[in-house]
Amino acid sequence: MSTDGIRLGVDIGGTFTDVVLERAGAYYTTKVLTTASAPEEAIMAGIAQVCGESNVELSQISTIIHGTTLATNALIERRGAKTALITTKGFRDVIEMRTESRFEQYDLNLQLPEALIARNHRFVLNERMDASGKVLVPLERTDVEALADFIKQEGYDSVAVGLIHSYLNGAHEQLVREVLLEKIPDLTISLSCEVSPQMREYERFNTVAANAYVKPLMKSYLTRLVGRLKATGITCPVFLMHSGGGIISLESASEFPVRLVESGPAGGAIFAANIAGRYNANRVLSFDMGGTTAKICLIRDQTPKTSRVFEVARTYRFRKGSGMPISIPVIDMVEIGAGGGSLAHVDAMRQIRVGPESAGSEPGPACYQRGGDHAAVTDADLVLGRLDADNFARGTIRLSTDASREALQGDVGEALDMAADTAAFAISEVVDENMANAARVHAVENGEDLSGYTMIAFGGAAPLHAGRLCQKLGIDRMIVPPGAGVGSAIGFLMAPFSFEATRSIYMRMTEFRPAPIKALLKELAEEARAFVRTCDAAAEITCDYKVFMRYAGQGWEIPVELSEQDASNPTASCYREKFEQTYTALFGRTVQGLDIEITSWSVNAATRVDPPAIVSEVQTGRQAAPDGSRELFDPAAGGYGSAGTFQRDHLSPGKSVTGPAIITEAETPIIVPSGFTAVTQSDGCIEVFRDAARKSEGVAA
Amino acid sequence: MSAPSMESVANQVMWNRLISVVEEQAQALVRTAFSTSVREAGDLSAGVYDLEGRMLAQAVTGTPGHVNAMADAVAHFMREIGVQNMYDGDVYITNDPWMGTGHLHDITVVTPSFYKGELVGYFGCTAHVVDIGGRGFGADAHSVYEEGLRIPVMKFAERGEVDLSLVNIVRNNVREADQVVGDIYALAACNEIGHRRLAGMLDEFGLDNLESISAFILEHSHRATVERIAQMPQDVAVNTMDIDGFDKPVHMQVRLEFHDDHADIDFTGTSGVDRKGINVPHVYTKAYACYALKCAIAPEIPNNAASLAPFRVSAPEGSILNAPHPAPVALRHVMGHMIPDVIFGALHKLVPDSAPTEGASSLCNFQVSLRPRSDGNAPPDTTRAEVLMFNSGGTGARPALDGLNATAFPSGVMTMPIEATEHTGPVVIWRKELRPDSGGAGKQRGGLGQYMEIGARDGHEFDFSAMFDRVHHPARGRNGGKNGGATTIGLDDGGAMQGKGRQAVPPGRKVLLALPGGAGYGDPMQRDRELVLRDVERGYISRRSAMKDYGVPEDKLPPERPKTI
Repeated sequence: MSTDGIRLGVDIGGTFTDVVLERAGAYYTTKVLTTASAPEEAIMAGIAQVCGESNVELSQISTIIHGTTLATNALIERRGAKTALITTKGFRDVIEMRTESRFEQYDLNLQLPEALIARNHRFVLNERMDASGKVLVPLERTDVEALADFIKQEGYDSVAVGLIHSYLNGAHEQLVREVLLEKIPDLTISLSCEVSPQMREYERFNTVAANAYVKPLMKSYLTRLVGRLKATGITCPVFLMHSGGGIISLESASEFPVRLVESGPAGGAIFAANIAGRYNANRVLSFDMGGTTAKICLIRDQTPKTSRVFEVARTYRFRKGSGMPISIPVIDMVEIGAGGGSLAHVDAMRQIRVGPESAGSEPGPACYQRGGDHAAVTDADLVLGRLDADNFARGTIRLSTDASREALQGDVGEALDMAADTAAFAISEVVDENMANAARVHAVENGEDLSGYTMIAFGGAAPLHAGRLCQKLGIDRMIVPPGAGVGSAIGFLMAPFSFEATRSIYMRMTEFRPAPIKALLKELAEEARAFVRTCDAAAEITCDYKVFMRYAGQGWEIPVELSEQDASNPTASCYREKFEQTYTALFGRTVQGLDIEITSWSVNAATRVDPPAIVSEVQTGRQAAPDGSRELFDPAAGGYGSAGTFQRDHLSPGKSVTGPAIITEAETPIIVPSGFTAVTQSDGCIEVFRDAARKSEGVAA
Repeated sequence: MSAPSMESVANQVMWNRLISVVEEQAQALVRTAFSTSVREAGDLSAGVYDLEGRMLAQAVTGTPGHVNAMADAVAHFMREIGVQNMYDGDVYITNDPWMGTGHLHDITVVTPSFYKGELVGYFGCTAHVVDIGGRGFGADAHSVYEEGLRIPVMKFAERGEVDLSLVNIVRNNVREADQVVGDIYALAACNEIGHRRLAGMLDEFGLDNLESISAFILEHSHRATVERIAQMPQDVAVNTMDIDGFDKPVHMQVRLEFHDDHADIDFTGTSGVDRKGINVPHVYTKAYACYALKCAIAPEIPNNAASLAPFRVSAPEGSILNAPHPAPVALRHVMGHMIPDVIFGALHKLVPDSAPTEGASSLCNFQVSLRPRSDGNAPPDTTRAEVLMFNSGGTGARPALDGLNATAFPSGVMTMPIEATEHTGPVVIWRKELRPDSGGAGKQRGGLGQYMEIGARDGHEFDFSAMFDRVHHPARGRNGGKNGGATTIGLDDGGAMQGKGRQAVPPGRKVLLALPGGAGYGDPMQRDRELVLRDVERGYISRRSAMKDYGVPEDKLPPERPKTI
């Protein structure tokens, strides 16, 4: 996409709205408090600020790229439209019965989350497709008409349609829409065969329900936003970041608002992918740790890992299964309840537990002295010497080490007979281990081994913990970019226009027929290209082809990437070979004598994004002189020692800092562990290397 | 900082790590498995064991009957194989009901873990496969010999070489050979993942073996469990519950006694071994008895050998809860899943209002064996297939909360998506939705059961293997709460069917199921009026039930929805 002109990235989060203005490669950034009742207000305020700073007239802005948690929050807080779900007779309760399991096996007082659309708002039609997409029971138009009259009478704002096996044949869903629109022309309607054409009824119905639920709200918000922008003279196009890491038009976003869920974190992953590109890092773990949660994402070859299903609104300690599954193309990340505000306690086994309960910003950790008296990760970080009590958050909050010690002693030390220092160390170790475990499990689920990875750390608390995480994960190299606090909004400006078209069509390798495959992939490519074309009339568009394959009889497919050549000239032997290669990489060995099948087909069309300029990396530099020193706890050695402090602003490119050291900046200090060396790079990133690894790779010391 | 406290921090970290390692192990199994019971329903378990065969950690993903039974399994492998005969690259296997997890359909795979050339521990995992030969999954056998292939404890692979003779024997004895053999490979692969992660952990912490971390985990778990038990009244209670059985009722009786450092759970007085396949090997009885008490009094203590040890379970040999070889045991879970209900009843007598009342409890399984219709009218594209489904009724109401609708307690396994099920064979699931009025009335209402309708695609007929209880013995309410709805089963033309056993379904006919509800807790007249009205509005209860069971006057009820919608 064009990167000329003046572009804005706008990210609405739960607490802050971040605005980034980019002009000729330079960034002007601001954070303003989110205005939940009218989110466009904060955007306008933020835009005014960055334009003021950069001397840009509002009318000069050429593009706005926007991501938001509004859809996510509406789902979490259940503030959506009056929505009806229409489904197949016999399946009224699919979204309520979930998987019928319990996400916590040992809690006798477990409560399941309420269905997004309550039972009395779910209606059924007598119709049925079979598992090959053929009609078993035809849908009678008169039945739909009767239901449409009732929907009208009850005054529903939005309707979700989810019918059994509609991912194979959407004809009945389309008929429902046709009749509803005849009777109620201004009704908002979402079809599961369009929103999420994937097998597994619970995930698909839930996804279409979520889409319908937030659609009126998002439509109205986006319309208001464009109106406000126009009124102030900003007439440039507005695009939306989607959860899959690409950009879509305002119209697509209004039609499929569920795709905006998690767009903020997706921007963060794109940001990290861009940094990865600058450093030619092909295996990257992005680590984004804020006040309440940490997010971890794998980035291969500068492309974040994607998935087709994820969960929003987890209701039980971020436990898998306690939220709502949404099956859409999404950047795959794990989110766990581990942030600076996460609270620590000791459980019945005398084990230290950290999170997911968080002190938040109010009352905050004990050291804030704003009424919080429980030990948070930030308290541990303070006692361990990682934070400067007098210089926190640009000096806006003075931290009390005494208050931290008292809380650490009270919440953990007394129960375990540990001094406050040991308790702080233990809390820090537990939270780091939790994050490391999440990263490891995530890596295994993706068939990856983290040694040899580069970590890219951003978000408020990440630079404090990233070094230790590298030690735990056996990672030898990490990068802390500048502007890490508004990483997501910067990421929006780096994303391509993209759209993924998918179909679930089953085909055994023994029944491999090249002609229909070629036609199908061509059709998907055209569909995806057409969407992207609406965003950018001129840009070059490239297509990525992927099929999902498995041994016939397995339930979980693995993505197999195809080349343009494989798509236009498909052969069974090539598809089989690619599957076996991918399967072996994931699970060790192939299974003999079984047929292989393809279950879905996907084509992602995207505008070309110019790769970032490669930074000529400096691995060793001139030793910088410290500004001072303070006592810093060294987890690997298990004790305190003196560490030099350095101001990031003072570190010109090529300067190096040997750990243990603390690099301070306006936001969060970077902890350089012992055995690691930090080197400032020409683009302002700080790169931290494990010394032993540098030597072993023969880098001159 | 003192050395002991540093070591304690390291141990804390490693304990977390081991739990994470076995979770990775379980996820690898789900991703590579073939049977829907494993990949969709999570009927599996995974764990890591020390050199003495003591379980140190289990995956969060998994079902209690497997996990707690598997806690004992490794000791059998050590004895039968002999530690001196174990080599790096070995993989062991069995499906022996008395040494594994209670029936032939569960295959247990154990892999010794070698580190720097020395044996340091074991990884074990279990999964329920779709078929194991014999009569097929169901209650109909009269001895375990009719229930299918029994694989003794033996080597599946030695030094990395798979025993292809064994694979061949399995292939020739089961109905869905690809799925079953594929699942055995998946079990072996998942232990391998666990082993790799363990080696990484030992590297990182500079350890040569699991000795110190094993001692730490077991000591802490034991102490915490005993502390909880010590808080219970040191007293005795007896409780009984009757359930359907195969063709004659089964009487379950438990005597629960708390001592200062352990609990005794004894099933003397329970019915004897049944002639049909609903008997329970002791290992499975123990698994669910431990699970029930652990949920009630020490839920957050991780499962391992030491946290299970203070729960001492006994049942007289020859009783249905301690059935000796060669009793038929295929449906051991139907009785086994009822054990928590009978224990909770006893616990309530010692500590009132500390546990749920009775629920559907037994997982409502059925297996459908489809084939081209046998009257000569089968079209050419018809096939044979075995389709297994897990479904759940409602759970019993809790002292302060309603029961859960259509939720698997105690087993916790997932149902299979019907769209996935219909891809595994020519079956059509016509209905799967909540069953109004099946939750027992109460101040806290029982969870709802569900309706199901099962048929075959045109040109097919099928046998339906039923595995249901609570047809004649619905879940009983507590403190004035009403009973849950009973199970019903029949054909759509009115033909009668039994709750258990393999039954033929003619072409064109459907099986209609109403799965049971959980019972209510407390006097329904005391239920919050708002909740009763909500239940009517949502259709969880009928207007009639609101008036009759909860005393709501008709004019206070929300308006009726038009019949056509």
